[in-house]
Amino acid sequence: MPPLCEVADLKTHFPLRGPAAWLRALKEGKPPVVRAVDGVSFTVDAGETVGLVGESGCGKSTVARTLVRLVAPTAGSIRFDGQEIATLGDGAFNAVRPDLQMVFQDPTASLNPRLSVRRMVGEPLKLHTRMSAAERRARTEAVLEEVGLGADLADRYAHELSGGQRQRVNIARALVTNPRLLVLDEPTSALDVSLRARVILLLEELRQRHGLSYLFISHDLATVRYLASRVAVMYLGVIVEQAPAGALFDRPAHPYTRALLAAVPVPDPDAPRDPFVLAGEIPSPIDIPTGCRLRARCPMARPVCAEPVPWREVAPGHFAACHLV
Amino acid sequence: MADAAHPPIPLTRPVATTMRLVWLRIRRNWLSSIALAIIAAMIVAALGADWIAPFEPDATDAEAALQAPSWHHWLGTDIYGRDLLSRIIHAGRVDLTVTFGATAIALAIGSAIGAIAGHYRGLVDLLVMRCVDSVMAFPAFILAMAITAALGNSVGNVLLAIAITQIPNYLRLIRGEIFRIREMEYADAARVVGNPAWRIMFIHLLPNCLPPIIVQATLAMGYALLTMSALSFIGLGIQPPQSEWGSMTAEGAQYIVTGEWWLFLFPGLAIVVMVLAFNLVGDGLRDFLDPRMRGVR
Amino acid sequence: MSAMPVIDVRDLTVRFASDRGEIEAVDAASFEVREGEILGLVGESGSGKTVTATAILRLVRKPGRQAGGEILFDGRDLARVPEDELQKIRGAKIAMISQTPRTSLNPLITVGEQVARLFQLHAGLSPAESRKRALEMLTLVGIPEPERRARQYAHQFSGGMCQRVMIAMALTTSPRLLIADEPTTGLDVSTAARILDLLRELGARTGASILLITHDLGVVATTCHRVAVMHAGQVVEVAPVRSLFRHPAHPYTRALVRSIPRIDREIVMEPVPGAVPSLLNAPAGCRYAGRCPWVEARCRREKPAMTPVAPDHFVACFAVEDGRAAPV
Repeated sequence: MPPLCEVADLKTHFPLRGPAAWLRALKEGKPPVVRAVDGVSFTVDAGETVGLVGESGCGKSTVARTLVRLVAPTAGSIRFDGQEIATLGDGAFNAVRPDLQMVFQDPTASLNPRLSVRRMVGEPLKLHTRMSAAERRARTEAVLEEVGLGADLADRYAHELSGGQRQRVNIARALVTNPRLLVLDEPTSALDVSLRARVILLLEELRQRHGLSYLFISHDLATVRYLASRVAVMYLGVIVEQAPAGALFDRPAHPYTRALLAAVPVPDPDAPRDPFVLAGEIPSPIDIPTGCRLRARCPMARPVCAEPVPWREVAPGHFAACHLV
Repeated sequence: MADAAHPPIPLTRPVATTMRLVWLRIRRNWLSSIALAIIAAMIVAALGADWIAPFEPDATDAEAALQAPSWHHWLGTDIYGRDLLSRIIHAGRVDLTVTFGATAIALAIGSAIGAIAGHYRGLVDLLVMRCVDSVMAFPAFILAMAITAALGNSVGNVLLAIAITQIPNYLRLIRGEIFRIREMEYADAARVVGNPAWRIMFIHLLPNCLPPIIVQATLAMGYALLTMSALSFIGLGIQPPQSEWGSMTAEGAQYIVTGEWWLFLFPGLAIVVMVLAFNLVGDGLRDFLDPRMRGVR
Repeated sequence: MSAMPVIDVRDLTVRFASDRGEIEAVDAASFEVREGEILGLVGESGSGKTVTATAILRLVRKPGRQAGGEILFDGRDLARVPEDELQKIRGAKIAMISQTPRTSLNPLITVGEQVARLFQLHAGLSPAESRKRALEMLTLVGIPEPERRARQYAHQFSGGMCQRVMIAMALTTSPRLLIADEPTTGLDVSTAARILDLLRELGARTGASILLITHDLGVVATTCHRVAVMHAGQVVEVAPVRSLFRHPAHPYTRALVRSIPRIDREIVMEPVPGAVPSLLNAPAGCRYAGRCPWVEARCRREKPAMTPVAPDHFVACFAVEDGRAAPV
């Protein structure tokens, strides 16, 4: 069976603007661009959760925003449900939107403060279906019920809800059109510990019940391990490692993944610690190093790392972009 | 947000205390509440001038000329024996019409163009903003003078002149707000669910620009009133026989030396009180429209 | 480790007045930070941990006020120290770093100058001498190329580097207590890990005690020596870190430990039951009562006292006291 969503060599670049950018363009002969996403390929199967992890600035959110066409891709292909959607016009893309929804990071900022919960959750139905007002109302209330919000909350406004309730409203809005794929952009990172656990469980329950697919984008690796069946690790616009969740977390192949995992504090004072750390900080996505993008920071770097990096299968289904594995 | 410094406040509230909370809010903003009452009273008086004013504003009475304030003529009379209070009440019609009219027109045009500039950005925005800059390069009052001098000074033209000088303020404000709000996650969320551009603008962006606009409009009303009075005072605004507080102040000013102070004082006071009231209401609205205060309605 | 407390918070109560009544953000919280240790103060938002820290520095703003209890520092109650003396303690003997390092730095003054000014202000050093000490300080907190970086401004620093500068500034006066309020929130995992390493290392090297406020149990486990758990304004459990994770006693702590996903193994995750109770006109008794599986009538009437369950491990729970709670 072909994957539900297949992203191949996706690139999203942003041109720099302003006087500083003009100066650089004069000096270097070409206008500077931010290569936020610079050749990313992955697939999401039906009913599967794929985790996309990385630190801020790695381009994971840009991948999410490109998938739902909040930004246009520069190059590459996105096949969704057998259809190429990267090249669709904005109008034609609208027909895909009911099947491809997104949940945002900040549960408060992603709700319009002037609309009631009912209007916000019912809005996609108004835009994409020919349901009558009564049908919309029934569907809206059913979805609210499903995400664990009583119908009595439907007439409230965002500021009258708690943080956990707000994120449930966001999830309800994304779910109301029965999508196939949900892009979850850090949906739990603005929530408190106990709310986070509930939203994670809710997402998992909804996925199982409806056979949903998730692209779960997060820097919270523990949550990714809990939810995802496969995980891709991004660094500076590219995927450096991709593997089934268990394999990735237990046997990371790429030095970047290893350093990332080593940095996560484990809630166990006796857990063994991997002292592996990278030097320095993530470089700017304008001046990307040639060869392996990590080589300036990697303690294992060798001269070969300046060469173009191969994408190798180190174990069945476990891929890494590193000369040294 | 329920951060530690602002512990969460429960959302369910018994109805019985709602009135108490409204009362608390009024008491906290008592100055603005009084100002709002003054404006409301002035509107009522202007609308019902024919019934409320004790005399006909144009009824002359040679025997009662230049009387000081008394029980019969509360604010005194002018040289023709016209009752000053009645004239101020009737003049309020002109003043308030121009104040509200100019603000409404400036608000409508400014918001529309501001929203267009904010929506299209790029070249459209550039052109619009350079036009705005050139309008703003003129001192607003000189511009209003020039417009009334060119068009002639009917009520309609004064209204238009004041509206034109105020359009840039709204335009800039709306444009800035649209630029800010279009980057909010809820604007992105509206795009992701497939809202067409007009719905994003009218349902998701513009309503959220309202609070600062309402505050700006209220403050600008005071300014509109002041501009019109000033225009009339120097003879470029409303002309006799129509009367207006500014022109009445100008007329009254001639009598200061001869001791008929009320002719100058009371129309001037009307302007000061109303401008102050608009400003106080604007300040109060700023507090009231703060999203964190929206729990109470 | 010596058991001498640097700061001893006893029955601290902080209330905020609101239109709807009193909000008791901190309800008789007691804990101590000992010489040279890192004490973790954990809890969810609204648990009162940040308010507790601001109360220690006596920076609770209106409509809030300290309604009771004492904060003993060097044997003196900070709540009763005159304001001018408190000024000398604040910043000099008790320093604080916040979760928003960038906004805590002055954008118009170079980073080096900001650190140097503190030496001039607190230690009375000459400008030249204080600049030299500032460079040493920046080197100490691991800022690469300190001489070049000292001439830069806050906006040229990454979040992690800003936090390092904040730590450098906090340590200029060799404080005895450093309050770190969520110092790694908003930082990337690897940056956060290194900031925590730095705090741990500097704590050990300078002998400063650290009160580390966090909501992340992982941070607690890797960084702290002892932990105080707060729930809805009440301190419910205080224990050495190993004891707390091996044998969490309070039902809230137990639920909290089970509610977080783990990176090192597959687990079954269970959210903490119920919701954080309202602190508005909060009833007497244990505030976890509404969420607790072992609640009984007494829990809603009286507040349980801190009782020892293991060496140096205290818990405020009737169910644990009576042995009704499931053994851990």
